[in-house]
Amino acid sequence: MQSALVVVIMSFIVFSGVFLVGDPVEILVSDDADQEEREMMIKSMGLDKPFLVQYGIFISKAIKGDLGDSFVFQEPALLLILDRMPATMELAIVALLIAIIFGIPLGVWAGLKPESLASKSIMTGSILGFSLPTFWVGIMMILLFAVMLGWLPSTGRGDVQIILGMPISIFSWDGFSHVLMPAVNLALFKLSMVIRLARAGTREVLHQDYIKFARAKGLKETRIILIHVMKNILIPVVTVLGLEFGGLVAFSVVTETVFAWPGMGKLLIDSIGLLDRPIIVAYLMIIVFLFVLINLLVDICYSILDPRVRLQDIKS
Amino acid sequence: MPLSESPTIEVKDLKTYFFTKGGIAKAVDGVSFSVGRGKVLGLVGESGSGKTVTGFSILGLVDEPGRIVGGEILYRGENLVSASPDRMRELRGVNISMIFQDPMMTLNPVLRIDTQMIEAVLAHESISKDDARQRARDVLGQVGIASPDERLRSYPHQFSGGMRQRVAIAIALLNKPDLIVADEPTTALDVTIQGQILYEVQKLCSQTGTALIWITHDLSVVAGLADDICVMYAGRIVEQGSVNSVLDKPMHPYTNGLISSVPSRNKRGVPLAQIPGMAPSLLKLPKGCSFGPRCAQFSDACDSIPDISNYENGRQIRCHNPLDKGTILRVMD
Ligand SMILES: Nc1ncnc2c1ncn2[C@@H]1O[C@H](COP(=O)(O)OP(=O)(O)OP(=O)(O)O)[C@@H](O)[C@H]1O
Ligand SMILES: [Mg+2]
Repeated sequence: MQSALVVVIMSFIVFSGVFLVGDPVEILVSDDADQEEREMMIKSMGLDKPFLVQYGIFISKAIKGDLGDSFVFQEPALLLILDRMPATMELAIVALLIAIIFGIPLGVWAGLKPESLASKSIMTGSILGFSLPTFWVGIMMILLFAVMLGWLPSTGRGDVQIILGMPISIFSWDGFSHVLMPAVNLALFKLSMVIRLARAGTREVLHQDYIKFARAKGLKETRIILIHVMKNILIPVVTVLGLEFGGLVAFSVVTETVFAWPGMGKLLIDSIGLLDRPIIVAYLMIIVFLFVLINLLVDICYSILDPRVRLQDIKS
Repeated sequence: MPLSESPTIEVKDLKTYFFTKGGIAKAVDGVSFSVGRGKVLGLVGESGSGKTVTGFSILGLVDEPGRIVGGEILYRGENLVSASPDRMRELRGVNISMIFQDPMMTLNPVLRIDTQMIEAVLAHESISKDDARQRARDVLGQVGIASPDERLRSYPHQFSGGMRQRVAIAIALLNKPDLIVADEPTTALDVTIQGQILYEVQKLCSQTGTALIWITHDLSVVAGLADDICVMYAGRIVEQGSVNSVLDKPMHPYTNGLISSVPSRNKRGVPLAQIPGMAPSLLKLPKGCSFGPRCAQFSDACDSIPDISNYENGRQIRCHNPLDKGTILRVMD
């Protein structure tokens, strides 16, 4: 219910925001078109009507799943974006996995031995990951690994395989080598975040009485860390990461542009250049939708991980 | 205790200090006692006197910035102070177990009770999971938890504080240890359950020969349960001896103060006596006897730290002006 309201409000903000940005007619209509052609064009795109009427038409169509046709491609905007979505999702998911697989062990390690040199280097690295701009790191990676060393390709998706009706790169070596650099680039920020969360969580949990009690039971240190500590820090890490997954998709705009990754972020940037309103609106709506969906999924994961939440759910 | 049988645990001049930013806190400063098979030692004292730290020292669980800086802890003759971390892990939970002070914090909130009990068995014995579960179920029954099967599948937050403490007690009993350090285990329980648990624990100790160190504020619990008593004050034992003789005839003014502040039926209507002042901070201990500033018997001699004096019936007192002067047998250095 609440989620539906969020979607509606966001649709209005998005629509009016795009409305204010600029007039697409100037870009789309060729200079030598006469007044009549110009007017016809405006009419066919529905741009002659007042703002609120345009919004009304947009909403009534949107409910039926029609987010308008692209001005440029003359195709449904939604389809154009959904077509590009698997590429972006693949990139975001691989980035998320990188952040989890490397972030949690590094963060726990840093939390266990806060004074050691290794853990101090990890923390310094995570500050860099936070503060260096994604596009700059991306360009540097291309310079180093593609141009100078020639190890990895710098653009495109490489070989794709159709899996469950979607083109996926990661399952072929060529595709994987194409995903690797953009995914790492996209992951850096989240990786730093996971490291910090895992470290803070570990340090806090380690001082709890129940860890000492686990030691008093004579458990091995590995079991204490892998079960007793890990299960507790997974709660904040999963929550935050889940919520940030939407951000990962949104941020992929930059990475996709740098690595010419044919995902929906790149489509967005191209469309902004052309002021292709329906695509911009459709993209933003999809992102809003995604965020709402992710919130729901995170709530579910959270209750699986934390028994205290589960009980309340059953009660209510 | 016959001479031939060595005590289960013998603590000799134990010193555990905390090296804090504000200075060195001597939480345990020269504590000695011993507990034999099937015996119960009551360790009493005000908050902050070092009772818990003494317990943690025995299990080798003193956290940073704390460290055992001196003394010996002999478990069946083996010195635990110099034992390796692996050796300590082997002993913990099987030979020596501990029940913690705060039942709300001792169980891991995200793990089921069965996980937390079974792992305690499997850490030390290679038996099947089912056998371990069976044992967990039996012990839960022993500490008075109804329908243990269902309880095993619960999470800690589904239990009350009293129930959690029983689970913690059950975990301590799981592997039939030789020594249990029980840190105020019944404070969170109501009186009837407290009585029930005390009875169970006492029975267990006399049956299996488990030695028990029972830490508490509550002198009445000690009176009913313990064989011997140690009274701690600011990191030192100020008086020790058999429960009956100490409670009947306290010699240290602090012990006397503790006893007179316990409500009693015979003194109804008479205002309770109180020990004046507050327990000192370990970072700012008085120069001489740490109890001096609160003591009615204070004299010039108390500007120096009193040694332990031995009295008849094996009693030991750290005081320059004991209340009921018996014959001093020998002054220890
Ligand atoms: N982690 C620590 N860091 C610094 N000092 C500590 C730490 N733990 C304990 N201490 C010191 O040790 C002293 C004794 O603490 P302890 O917990 O043994 O008291 P206690 O007798 O068990 O009190 P209570 O009855 O309140 O449980 C404290 O007053 C404190 O000064
Ligand atoms: Mg304590």
